[in-house]
Order: sequence, then C-alpha cells, then structure tokens
Amino acid sequence: MTQATPPAVYEPRAGRAIGRIFVSREFSVFAALAVLIIVTEVVNPRFLSAQGIKDLLLNSTIFVIMAVGQALVIITKNVDLSVGSILGLTAYGTGAVFATFPHIPLPFVFLIGIVFGAILGAINGFIVTLAGVPALVITLGTLYIFRGINNAWAGSNQYFVGNEPAEFGNMSVQTLFGIPWFALGALVIVIIFAIYMFSARSGRDLYAIGSDTDAARLFGIKVNARVVGAFVACGALTGLAGVLYASRFNSVGADTGTGFELQIVAAVVVGGVAIFGGSGTVTGAAIGAVLLTTMTGALAALNVSKFWQQAIVGVLIIAAILLDRILSIRTARKLRVSEARNV
Amino acid sequence: MTPPTAQPAPLLSLHGATKSFGAVIALSDGTIEILPGEIHALVGENGAGKSTLVKVLAGVHQPDSGRFEVDGAPVVFRSPADSKAAGISVIYQEPTLFPDLTVAENIFIGRQPRGRLGLIDRPQMRRQARELFTTLGVPIDPDRIADGLSIADQQIIEIAKAISLDAKVLVMDEPTAALSGVEVERLFAVARSLKARGAGILFISHRFDEVFDLCDRVTVMRDGAFIATHDTKDITVDGLVREMVGRDIATLYPKQDATIGDTVLSVKNLSRAGVFSDISFDVHSGEIVALAGLVGAGRTEVARAVFGIDRYDAGSVTVAGKRLRAHSPQAAIDAGMGFVPEDRRKQGLVMELSVARNATLTLRKQLARFGLIDSRRERAAAEDWTTRLQVKTGSQDLSVSTLSGGNQQKVVIAKWLATNPKLLIVDEPTRGIDVGTKSEVHRLISELAGQGIAVLMISSELPEVLGMADTILVMHEGRISARLSRAEATAEAVLKAASATPESVK
Repeated sequence: MTQATPPAVYEPRAGRAIGRIFVSREFSVFAALAVLIIVTEVVNPRFLSAQGIKDLLLNSTIFVIMAVGQALVIITKNVDLSVGSILGLTAYGTGAVFATFPHIPLPFVFLIGIVFGAILGAINGFIVTLAGVPALVITLGTLYIFRGINNAWAGSNQYFVGNEPAEFGNMSVQTLFGIPWFALGALVIVIIFAIYMFSARSGRDLYAIGSDTDAARLFGIKVNARVVGAFVACGALTGLAGVLYASRFNSVGADTGTGFELQIVAAVVVGGVAIFGGSGTVTGAAIGAVLLTTMTGALAALNVSKFWQQAIVGVLIIAAILLDRILSIRTARKLRVSEARNV
Repeated sequence: MTPPTAQPAPLLSLHGATKSFGAVIALSDGTIEILPGEIHALVGENGAGKSTLVKVLAGVHQPDSGRFEVDGAPVVFRSPADSKAAGISVIYQEPTLFPDLTVAENIFIGRQPRGRLGLIDRPQMRRQARELFTTLGVPIDPDRIADGLSIADQQIIEIAKAISLDAKVLVMDEPTAALSGVEVERLFAVARSLKARGAGILFISHRFDEVFDLCDRVTVMRDGAFIATHDTKDITVDGLVREMVGRDIATLYPKQDATIGDTVLSVKNLSRAGVFSDISFDVHSGEIVALAGLVGAGRTEVARAVFGIDRYDAGSVTVAGKRLRAHSPQAAIDAGMGFVPEDRRKQGLVMELSVARNATLTLRKQLARFGLIDSRRERAAAEDWTTRLQVKTGSQDLSVSTLSGGNQQKVVIAKWLATNPKLLIVDEPTRGIDVGTKSEVHRLISELAGQGIAVLMISSELPEVLGMADTILVMHEGRISARLSRAEATAEAVLKAASATPESVK
C-alpha cells in the first residue's frame, strides 16, 4: 500500500476575487441595466436629465424595498405572494392613521406601517411552518384574505394622504444632492440586508435552509424560527414600502398594490435569486427591481408600446431562468463523465 | 471473540440495543464497542441491521432498549445534534452538504468564526478550512460552492467537519462504495492518520479486502443481531462469510420445477460507460435468472438498459431472436417484456388511482372504444387478474395506496401479466414486504416461470436468490463476476463473488 497522498494543498490565486465579480449574477444584471440606460440615453437624451434620474430612482424605491424582503423569503425556498395585498393594507392603513390622528408625528406613522406589515408577514410565516404546506398555496390564500379585508375596510373610500398633511407628501420629493431621500433610504436597507445575508450566522442559515431543508434540520438549524423570521422581515419591509407608497402616490384605496406580487417575484428572479431557494443575493434582487422599473421608463422613452413592454419583461424572466438551468445541466453532465467509475 | 481485557476504556459502547418499527424488528441485539485508536469494521448481509445500528449511534433512531455509553457514561440521544455534541460524527454513503454554500461554510455552518459586530470572519473561516485540508492532505478550494463536488470530495468535507468538531468517534457507512481506487487510498490515509490521533473509527464495508487491509477488529451482524467481534488477524474471509450467512436457506423458497425451453432474452456485450460493461447472458422460457450483487453493482442499471429506459453504448439485446431497438420501452413492451420496478410506489403504480385502473394501465388500448376507455370492460379485466393473483382488496375502486406492500406488488405484476409477456423483469420483488406475503410473491413468480415465462430477477436478498433462481449471475462493480447454476450456488460463493475481487469468471 502506498503511503498517503502527496501533500497537495489548494493555493489561492491572486485575481480570482476580481474574476468572480465579473461572472457573478449581480454583475450580469447590473450590466444589463447599464446597457439599457446607455442605449436609451443615446436614443433619447432627455432620459437622463436631473428630473429623469430622480423619477427613475423614486419609481424604483418601493419595488427595491419589497424585492429585498421577497428575496429573503425566496432564498429559504418559500415565496410570499401576499405582498401586493400587504402593501395595499399598510398603504390604506397609513391613510386611515392620518384621518384619525391628523397630527401624529411622522416616525410613528412609519413604525405603525412596519409593525402592521410585520404582523401580516408573521401570519404567513406561522401558517406556512405550522401547517407544513407549500408557501405558494398559503400566501395565495392570504393574498385574497388580506385583499378582502382591504376591500371590506376601504369600500369605495380613498385617502389622499399626499396633500394632508402636506409634509408627509413632500417627503417623497425632498432630495439630498439631487438624490431623493427615499432612494437613499432604500440603499441603506439594501446594504444592511446584504451584510446580514452575507455575514450573519442567521443570514447564512437562510441559505442553508433553502439549499436543503432536511439537512439544515439535521444540523440543528432552527428552521421554523428562521423561516418565520424571513416572512416577518418581508412583511415589515413591505409595510415600510406601503407607507412610502402612500406618500408618493397620494391616493390609496381598496385596490392599491394589486398585482405587485408577480412584479416583485419577477424582479427577484431576474436579479439572480433561484426560485428554488439557496442562492442569490438581496443586492441582485434590488438591481433586478431597478432593472424592471427602468425598463418600463426606458421603453416609454424609446416609444415602445406598452404591450411590448410586458412581453419584454416576460422574455427577461425566462432568459434569467434558462440561464440558471443551462448552467446547472452543464455542470451535471460534466460530472457524470468525470466521476464515472472505471468499469 | 476477544474480551476487552487490558485494553483502554472504550470510547463508545452499545450493548443489546433493540429497535423495531411496528411489527418489523430491525435490530434485536445491537452490540458494538469502539476503542480509542482503532478502526473497527462492521460487516453483515444486506438487511443485517447495520444501518439501523448506525442510525442509533447517530441519534436518528432512539433504541427501544439496551445500554448505550459514551466515555463510560450512559447517554440517551434524542436527535442527531445530541450525538454530534457527544463527539460522534457519522459520514453517510451520500453525504448531505448544502450545494449552494461554499466548502468552508459547509464545514462551519452554524458555528462560523465571528469577528467584529458578531459578523462572520470569512478570512478566518477560510484559513481554518485550508488548515483542515492541509492536515488531510487534499487540495480542495474552500471558496468553491459544494455543488458539483465528487462524492469522494464531499466525504472529505464531512471528515473535515468531523475533525473540526473534535469528533472522538467517526462512523463511515460504506464510504468506499462510490469511490475510485485512488480516492479509496486517499480516504484510507486520512482514516489512518485519524486513528493515530486517537480517534475511534467504525467502518462499514462490503469489501473484504478493505476490511482486512484497514481494520483492527471486525464485528459481524446477522438478522439484526450481534454475532461476534474478532481481531482481523485472527479470522479469514471464509470464517467471516460463514458467520454472515449462518442460516438454513434451502427450505424457504421452493421454486417449482419448470421445463426450460427456448432462449427468450439474449443480451450480448452490453456496456454503458461508467455504469456497467461487457454484460452477456441468456434467459430461457421457464427459467428464473437472478442478478445478485451488492447495492450499486449496476444490476438495476443493466435491467433498465435491457428494457430500454436508459441508453447503452455498445452491445445488443435480442428478444425471441429479434434484435430490440435501444432506448425504447415501448419496443420492449411490444416485444413481450414487462418490468416490475424496485420502487413500486413511485415507478410501478399510480398510488392515487384505483386498483382496477392500475391493473389495466397496460391495456388501455385494447379497452378503449373510439379513444375512450369502456369502464365496464376495464372492471371486468381488472377483476379477472386480481382474482387470479389473489389480490386482497375491499373493492376494485379503492385506491392502491390502501393495499399492503405485498398486494400492491401483485397489482404491478397483474398489470404486466395482462399484456401476456414472454419475459418479466422483476427488480427487488419483495423489498419492504412482510414475511407472510413474501412467500406468496415468490410462489407467484415461480408459477409464472412454470407457465413458461422467462424471469429476470434482481435481488439483494441472498436466500431469495438461492431459493428461487435456476441461474445466478453475480455482479461486482459493473461486471459479471460469477455465473452459478442452482447446483453450484452456495451463499458463500455468491457473497464472495459479490464482495471480494472477482475470481476468474466461470
């Protein structure tokens, strides 16, 4: 019998880290975004005016915040389809708060929105983990339940919070160095959650759960607590987005946020978060959200009809998923040949 | 037997552990003792209770009774986490890693080194991982994701995890089954260095050369019970095999005598790269040919290729003198073949459908009129077959999931018999079936052979193979390592050909 294997040890090579950035999914989404902006700007120079940039950022803000929350949930191999309804409820709730307490300090309004959203998210999380039923079905149910409550609550009533109080409506147009406060806030949220998902043990647990839930359980990871946590975070972020929505879009009613869930899931998937969990980053999801909102603005600036805009978004989603699938098939094939037994 | 006199206190000892699942007793006397600095082999036939014993050690199963001590103190494990905390690490044949996480994270998940703000210190984690791999002498990039690693590398990562956890006892459940020669050498080198550091290793293997090469002591199990522990230098392969088999087989599975007729199936030089190679055999009408061997030897793969489910690279399959088109199950069915798969719940039956629907699935064309299935005729056909095979069911309309394992198997067989097959391939026909119904399935298969159907049977159960088959082909690592007639077949001969390096093919 030969003595041990030669002491071959993996030596890290310089420049690998940089190489990795260029092959990462975030980079390719970001590149797509850059190409889109440049092409649009060349064709229509008004696209990147100061006002144009501001609109772009403001329009993205709400979707970016929601996409970050949704990414947490999807990474654990779940999904939250009720986010559109949560946004509706929290946005309408914001209107109701102002109607009842016209002089309430603004920070309280945000706090109420976030806690309200978190509670709705917790409901999702508890039902999903306790019942052990796929989140797709549960949150499809709560999508209708939350929307139904919103309908019953609002009826045909609408609140116009943008004017009353005026300071709340003005928040959405205030800027710092020409950048809207809302966009800066969204950026801070993305950074915090990116660090959390990359560098906190509990953040890594979310990836482990999405990668292999049973194995995660065997490792003693508190799977249910983490999954509920992800849903709560998603609800809270969506609640925050609901308050911002009320500030920016002025009128909120029974159907606010209808259909947002699919746009958010689309943004997250385009941003490189695998729909079956375990991989992807909140940064990618955020860039995906910016890409989809920018796409709408850019196609309008390019005079592309609204119908084609939707089709192009669809193509993007399928392209993102096919790319992942092709990569994984290629790896699998490579492995079958290289690991074959010598028979 | 070696009483542990003047030996160091065992790291782990399990005495008289029992475990049953419902009426099935999986473990009737689980006994093992692992000393520091030893590599201890655990051997036994398929179904001898080795995996159950491992799962008891791992904390996956809780024993119903028995004495379990770690470091001399009694322990009760409620979960795998308890076992891990007690210093026991189990490496399964197919390790469970998180495919999307990096190698370093897979080693340290849940206990990553932390730096400022309680955030994970990645450079530190990477350095520790690299140190572990240096100790093990293997070049694995700690930063790559685990997806796509070979089984061998995955096992090394599990071992690295065990070392970083300071595991005192390392249990390896058939670690070499999926490894190539070089990888086995590497694993052994690692095992020896762990042993030198005072760890105890429990090594489960079917390969006797490995047992004798690597291990200090060996424990034999049979039928869920401890048989004996030996120093490997005091025992021979023949001695081990005798203890593993040690039972009277001949009377259990009587096969009726049948006139063996013309060649029905003829397989010539069948090969599929990386899976099996150079497989040749014939099956005659009225004959039962058994494919024996260990799990993973390539038996099911051969059957799947013959039936056209998988492709093959070279060779030919001939049925009743006509060459069969490759990779076409429909062609195989048209030529008169039936396939009763190993996993009848997933592949053999549509669990939600009724007994009648399942039994007539292969007859849909004959039963259809104008493209629609005539349910009265469907019922009649189903009734006919289920009565003939004595399927015990309350009603034809109950879903098959309500039947017992044995009766489900009869429905699968009925489904194929309805097509009037010349050749039936049965893969592990009695797996998961209780003892009483087992013999009914055997009687059924034997009767079919008596009626002139050729049967190719895959079975991991030695008594079944020896009792039922007219001819036994033993496979080992993708090749046929022995061909035995009913007269020459003994448990020892089959086991030897399946486990050890093959002798010259007879």
